[in-house]
Amino acid sequence: MMLNDFFLLMKQELVLLLIIVLLLIIKVGKDWSNETMLNLINGLLLLNVVSGFVMPVEGNLFGDMFKTNALISLEKSILNIGVLIISMQSYSWLKTHKHLSEFFILMLSTLLGMFYMISSGNLLMFYIGLELSSIPLAAMANFDLEKRKSSEAAFKFIISSAFSSGMLLFGISLIYGSTGSISFAEITNHISNEPLHIFAFVMLLAGFAFKISAAPFHLWTADVYEGAPVAVTSYLSVISKGAVLFVFVSVLYTVFKPIAEIWYNMLFILAVITILIGNLFAIRQNNFKRFLAFSSIAQVGFILVGITGSSQMGSASVVYFVLIYIFSNLGAFGVISLVSALTGKENISDYKSFYKTNPLLSWVLTIALFSLAGVPPTAGFFGKFFLLISGASQGNYILISIAALNMVISFYYYLRIVKAIFMDPNEQPIEKLSIPLISKLALFICLAGIVVLGLWSSVYECIYNLSSGF
Amino acid sequence: MNLNLLILLPLLTAIAIMFCNGLKQVRLVALLGSGLQLLLSFWLLYSFYQERSSGNTTQMLFDANYTWFTALNINYHIGIDGIALAMIILTSMVVISAVLVSWTMESMNKEFFFLLIFLSMGAYGFFISLDLFTMFFFLEVAVIPKFLLIGIWGSGKKEYSAMKLALMLMGGSALVFVGLSGMYFNSNIDGAHSFDLVQLANYRIPVDAQMIFFPFAFVGFGIFTALFPFHTWVPDGHSSAPTAASMFLAGISMKLGGYGCLRVATYLMPDAAHAYSDIIILLSTIAIIYGAFATMMQTDLKYINAYSSISHCGFVILGIGMLTETSITGAVMQMVSHGLMTALFFAAIGMIYSRTHTRIVAQLGGLMKVMPFISGVFIIAGLCSLGLPGFSGFVAEMTVFMGAWQNTDAMYRLATILACASIVVTAVYILRAAGKAVMGPITDDHYKHLPDATWNEKLAAGILISGIVVIGIVPFWLTSLITPGAQEIILQTGQALMLK
Repeated sequence: MMLNDFFLLMKQELVLLLIIVLLLIIKVGKDWSNETMLNLINGLLLLNVVSGFVMPVEGNLFGDMFKTNALISLEKSILNIGVLIISMQSYSWLKTHKHLSEFFILMLSTLLGMFYMISSGNLLMFYIGLELSSIPLAAMANFDLEKRKSSEAAFKFIISSAFSSGMLLFGISLIYGSTGSISFAEITNHISNEPLHIFAFVMLLAGFAFKISAAPFHLWTADVYEGAPVAVTSYLSVISKGAVLFVFVSVLYTVFKPIAEIWYNMLFILAVITILIGNLFAIRQNNFKRFLAFSSIAQVGFILVGITGSSQMGSASVVYFVLIYIFSNLGAFGVISLVSALTGKENISDYKSFYKTNPLLSWVLTIALFSLAGVPPTAGFFGKFFLLISGASQGNYILISIAALNMVISFYYYLRIVKAIFMDPNEQPIEKLSIPLISKLALFICLAGIVVLGLWSSVYECIYNLSSGF
Repeated sequence: MNLNLLILLPLLTAIAIMFCNGLKQVRLVALLGSGLQLLLSFWLLYSFYQERSSGNTTQMLFDANYTWFTALNINYHIGIDGIALAMIILTSMVVISAVLVSWTMESMNKEFFFLLIFLSMGAYGFFISLDLFTMFFFLEVAVIPKFLLIGIWGSGKKEYSAMKLALMLMGGSALVFVGLSGMYFNSNIDGAHSFDLVQLANYRIPVDAQMIFFPFAFVGFGIFTALFPFHTWVPDGHSSAPTAASMFLAGISMKLGGYGCLRVATYLMPDAAHAYSDIIILLSTIAIIYGAFATMMQTDLKYINAYSSISHCGFVILGIGMLTETSITGAVMQMVSHGLMTALFFAAIGMIYSRTHTRIVAQLGGLMKVMPFISGVFIIAGLCSLGLPGFSGFVAEMTVFMGAWQNTDAMYRLATILACASIVVTAVYILRAAGKAVMGPITDDHYKHLPDATWNEKLAAGILISGIVVIGIVPFWLTSLITPGAQEIILQTGQALMLK
């Protein structure tokens, strides 16, 4: 019975582990060509996605250290989908790469870490998951082995993530010291607005803010995004951010529920600064990856606005938005990774008159950007709307007005790119690209997601019913 | 009849356009689609009268309510009253003439017609929605295509204008959003919040909440309809846009704002509408006079029409701000009339520009001798704009003034008088422009061989002119449509007065 539970509850982690081991064995034993490997891996990842949806169960393991339920299982599946799309999109880049299987082994290890983090019912488990999800990421950021920028990015990432882990650990130790427990359920019973508890919470919050790159803890983001290979950048910006956001919401809504009034004000300030800084810096960027880094910072600000709602709606709209964000951002990254892999161009100014040569890719990029900006009928509109409505549910209309006006600023820089693609003249536009079938498929999935996820209300309803607030 | 057809038809047309090849196929499909829209809207009018004459006095006809997001109590709720129907007919007339005017669109025609038809879908969706979320959704659907239309096919400083327009309209919808969320969270219908327009109207939002959120909603929608001092996108946007987009922008898009001010802000928050009516009237009077004088200084035909639009849309806001049954009827009539008239004006300017390659009044002259039809259209549009009896402009402005005069307050009287006086200024700039451009000797020799209107241009102008003339001669067809809707709104605001 115990063993049965173990297999069922940890199903998604075990499948992932199985794939990692399989890749290791193939790496040692066989010398298959990159293309065969990529097809095999994509197949495995597809199986991984499918298996995530089979039989979601609820339960705890290891004395409440590991917990899972339908929502957690759905969150993991969302990440799985994202990883599959990223792997499909990086086809052109990895086709010629020497260390193909290592890349996936590292990536899936970080994913495994995120799964444990999401499922954690205990600060220790949470910390182990977090570390497992960030250390291999530094190696991934360095995956353009011959580029100096890439190793610079990796170095910056490892230092900043070590620093943030240190802060988290400090917070955790303070909490343990003052409440005498590291179990989430126990902490909730003991936490109050004593200064020491609040100090511990601030440390934890800073650690989280680092991981989701909320301002003023965002400084590493742009440099790392710029230097890392596009696939890793997209992984960083959607998957790893999404995973931390999932945990962040559940920790705030359950563990730190007793001090909700205190973190509400902190989040309020954090959200406003994050949106503003993300927006203002995004306006000035020319490198596409740096641009998306700042735009993703602004998006995190909007998510923080949604989190302040502290209701079932808040939690649901965050999960929903992350889902949409994965499709929209990967739609944009899909085009950029293609262009970057085939031509090496990564600047926004290179995209001038892109429409003349690549109309299809231009539309995909445009629609993805519209979805990021929140223009209907794309899913991004619904995601943003629900986030802001959830933020408004607390009656804080100042926050909502600031957020709504910032949406206008964000329109400016997204439209600036649309303008470059469609309107700006260019002597030498990017030549017509031949897109591999698998990348086309990935773009199509993103596009379908962007269109369907918003208009089809069952998606939101389903997430809403699984979520819980307070 | 099923109102969803109004959404489905443009959507299917737009999708069909994506699969077309070449200008001929594309424009044929677009024409077919917009022609069906026109037929549909008149059929809607017919069935509307049928329902009404069979004694159905429900406020909203053809009501349909589909659950969308149950968790948030968001429904896809549609239905129309006479006001919405008038706007729908206006939309269909402007869209078909916009398609006809762009008949020979050279570059990227597929994308052009796609966006144009897509825009019309947004407009229809906006006018039929009875749920604030759905309404907001369609309001924003109708913004971004304009950015592309102006930026890609426009002229002059088109990128700047497109960006300015998109950002200002998005700013407007951001304000609308704050207003909507405020209304939502201050409503309590059987223990739940609601976006439903009909329910909210019956519920009556608490007065202190109205006082906070009315300005957000009204100014937000007001930006769309060139409320002073948020009118600055209008001249740039209109003058840089390609002809069809200008027609759409001035003819329909600005009406989205007016309709929103009326249906959302005033109807749902009547107490605040009363409280703020002084400010609204002040702003609209400034817009009317400022717009008229600013037009006097313009030399470019498109700028003339754009600035005069600010002045004319001021009448719409003035009518709404006066809050009498007649003035609101007048405001809606002015929306329809201005929509048709300004679309016609832009169409005529486009026809002239495509032949003479100039829009500067001083460089034109004697066009009546070479292209009598286009010149005639131009003059009709001008006369309608200055409010000549027999055309729609006269009826609409007259109704607004009559409604406005019913308010006995001295300040309101003064505003009405000033607004009336602006008509004189209108006459000056219209007659001067028409006189210089159309009459007199031919200023440039190569004008002599310019062709007159082609069949498609004639048809486009014909459709719009027929609308203008019909409203001008038999205005009660339109008023009988609008008045019940206006009464409903006044009933709300009247209750508000009584509560005071």
